[in-house]
Amino acid sequence: MTSGAKRGGVSWTRLGVAAVVFVLFIIGVNVAANGAFLQLSNVATVLQQISYNFILAIGETFVIITAGIDLSIGSLVSLCGVVMALAANSLHLSGFALIAITLASGLAVGGLAGYVNALPVVKLNLPPFITTLAMMQIALGISYMLSRGRPVALQSSAFENTGTGFFLGGVSNALHLPGIHYQVVWMLVAGVFFSVLLMRTRFGRYVLAIGGNEEASRLAGINVGLTKTLVYVISGLCAAIVGFLYMALFSSGSPQTGTGNEMLGAIAAVVVGGTSLMGGRGTILGTFFGALLIGSLNNAMNLLDINSYLQMVVLGGVILAAVALDELRKRYL
Amino acid sequence: MRGIRKAFPGVQALSDVSLTLAAGEILALVGENGAGKSTLMKILAGGLAADAGDVFVDGAPAKIDSPRAAERLGIGMIYQEFNLVPQLSAVDNLVLGSEPTRRSLLDEREARRRAEKVFGELGITMSLDLPVGRLSVGQQQLLEIAKVLSKHARIIVMDEPTAALTENEIERLFALVRRLKAAGNGIVYISHRLEELPRIADRITVLRDGRIVETRPQASFSQDDVVAAMVGRKLDAHFPQLPPVVPDAPIVLSVCGLSRLPAVHGVTLEVRAGEIVGFAGLIGAGRTEILRAIAGADVPSGGEVRIDGRSVRIRSPIDGIAAGIAFITEDRKAQGLVLGMTVRENVTLAHLAQFVNRELLIDRGREVEATKKLIGELSIRTPSTEQLVRNLSGGTQQKVVLAKWLLGTARVLLFDEPTRGIDVGAKAEIYALMVGLARQGCAIIMVSSELPEVLGMSHRVVAVRHGVFARVFSQAEATPDAVMLAAAGAAA
Repeated sequence: MTSGAKRGGVSWTRLGVAAVVFVLFIIGVNVAANGAFLQLSNVATVLQQISYNFILAIGETFVIITAGIDLSIGSLVSLCGVVMALAANSLHLSGFALIAITLASGLAVGGLAGYVNALPVVKLNLPPFITTLAMMQIALGISYMLSRGRPVALQSSAFENTGTGFFLGGVSNALHLPGIHYQVVWMLVAGVFFSVLLMRTRFGRYVLAIGGNEEASRLAGINVGLTKTLVYVISGLCAAIVGFLYMALFSSGSPQTGTGNEMLGAIAAVVVGGTSLMGGRGTILGTFFGALLIGSLNNAMNLLDINSYLQMVVLGGVILAAVALDELRKRYL
Repeated sequence: MRGIRKAFPGVQALSDVSLTLAAGEILALVGENGAGKSTLMKILAGGLAADAGDVFVDGAPAKIDSPRAAERLGIGMIYQEFNLVPQLSAVDNLVLGSEPTRRSLLDEREARRRAEKVFGELGITMSLDLPVGRLSVGQQQLLEIAKVLSKHARIIVMDEPTAALTENEIERLFALVRRLKAAGNGIVYISHRLEELPRIADRITVLRDGRIVETRPQASFSQDDVVAAMVGRKLDAHFPQLPPVVPDAPIVLSVCGLSRLPAVHGVTLEVRAGEIVGFAGLIGAGRTEILRAIAGADVPSGGEVRIDGRSVRIRSPIDGIAAGIAFITEDRKAQGLVLGMTVRENVTLAHLAQFVNRELLIDRGREVEATKKLIGELSIRTPSTEQLVRNLSGGTQQKVVLAKWLLGTARVLLFDEPTRGIDVGAKAEIYALMVGLARQGCAIIMVSSELPEVLGMSHRVVAVRHGVFARVFSQAEATPDAVMLAAAGAAA
């Protein structure tokens, strides 16, 4: 695709610069940690650790490209996890059917919450900062009410494999390789699916166009309201998937899951990945690299035994530096 | 002001302009859009720097290099767009930037005293405490004047002060302006509304193409003479030959009693296949609003639109496009283009469904092919289909907007200021394209503020005023003077 190369040329420069910095960083850390960082088992661990953040950040990427923001995703992880655990415990099913219907219940709740987030944004033109801030409170409140403030332990063991198992574990065992966690498979499938959705479909093109110029998009006959609504629904669905994965990992749906730094971490991954908060620009691949950078940094600092309080300071500085560098690059490169 | 020159890239906006203003005089400055009135006044108010020329105030040379310098010299400018903070009260707006303080805290009592004094001197009353955004446009206008006067201005420039006012508000404004004149202030009054001038002006200066054409006392300068001086030039020869409309050509677009209050009042019009109808009128006459209501950009409050004889219900741009209407908007950057996207993405944006393959994915190869074809047909000067539209020149951007609509099969094309801000070459190409569309049997409406363009490119010319058709001219009847008079609201 000769035509794609030119446009790609713009973002490839950015990716190129980021890749060089990243490789230097990895080599440096690896030397400092006496080779522990690049061990396959550690790479597998990093990928598992970033999967939650990346899947949340996928939905946030769509929202931010339309110049919106979704603050409710952390609470939705909590709510969906609790709802799914309750659903799983009340269903008289087992095996795959149980997993599928449980997941469907979570997706329904997450999607509905996203729809409710979008409604006042689309119909009343309220700022998404406000509507999703309200949803953040509402969803968390409901989550605590449903769970009575305590984790809902799963009665079935059907989810254990999703939580702690490995994809094609027999193969990796036979080859004496570290296994690939199921979370990583979820992350890759979601990443590819939503990347294609954003880059190759009409819906994705409309998302980018609305973020670039909403009025021009409306006058070009784009259904702006529907497109924006779907964007918040996607964000809710991504939160539900993460809620599902956490529930499987902990064998319970806890109302406290997702109430830490999850939402801010996702926004950080999106922004570090080169998506503009002003809207109109962004890629899922960029977000993946954002999540990977943040995750690798966390992992490296743990390996190097850096004080966890200092880690917070470093991480904040890196987020600021990454975005500032991107801005400078746009200005001078 | 003496020998003022100012050039912008591609145009000589002012060449060798000189004018004088006496104390206690009201000088009306008139001219077509783009004649240079605003540029000249911005130079006086320090908003723009002149390339050459001098300004004298009270006979002494004055160096006006910033709005603040102009303010110190007693020059006050009232712009067409208000510079008020809508959330703040009249008092707060009046003292904005020079708030009185006591012990470094705001002194609200003193601010209020000052406001009451200024309003008292001007003989105007308005709420001092309401956010000014809730005042009427007329009151905001008066507040702007009060703001300028509170800074001790003696030379007051008003740019189209009556454009948005009702008749009552205009009367009050004129009374105030006459009082200011009686107090010895010099006033420059810019207006498109020629019929107002006898009520207010002492002298009239006509500006055309950046030069002063004529200055005469108001009493000896008839409205017809003013119009003749404004229009002056012969029609430019670069308009293509319009193909004649076949007398029994089918009516493609029929609009009946279309309203969009408060801007459009019951417009009725029929456009035949191959016909170009030009809308002339002043800024704010409602021309754009008529197009927006036809295209569904605004929801009409009444009336009917028929395309090829079939009644269509248009409530959104989606409906408009489905009905075969292409609306080429006035402001290409704000409404026509997504600047951060490529030429290809902009061209296909309104008709993406054409490029979706069986797997529901966009077929980029076909997108590129279609875009390349249009780049060739319209000779769009872009290095590739993947160039960001932001990086293209104004004329090229306009062609991208046209390409976007030509991709569809629209039978009705609404052009709003299609050649604004683009160079002569690109203009000629856009004219040729419009003629080509007319030949193919499209119905075209064009809004333009350039009178020669309307006259040169239309089979029929409609003078729009206050959201209704003031008069419809055939090509033969449409002389510059007649159209200008009808648009300005004079009895023709």
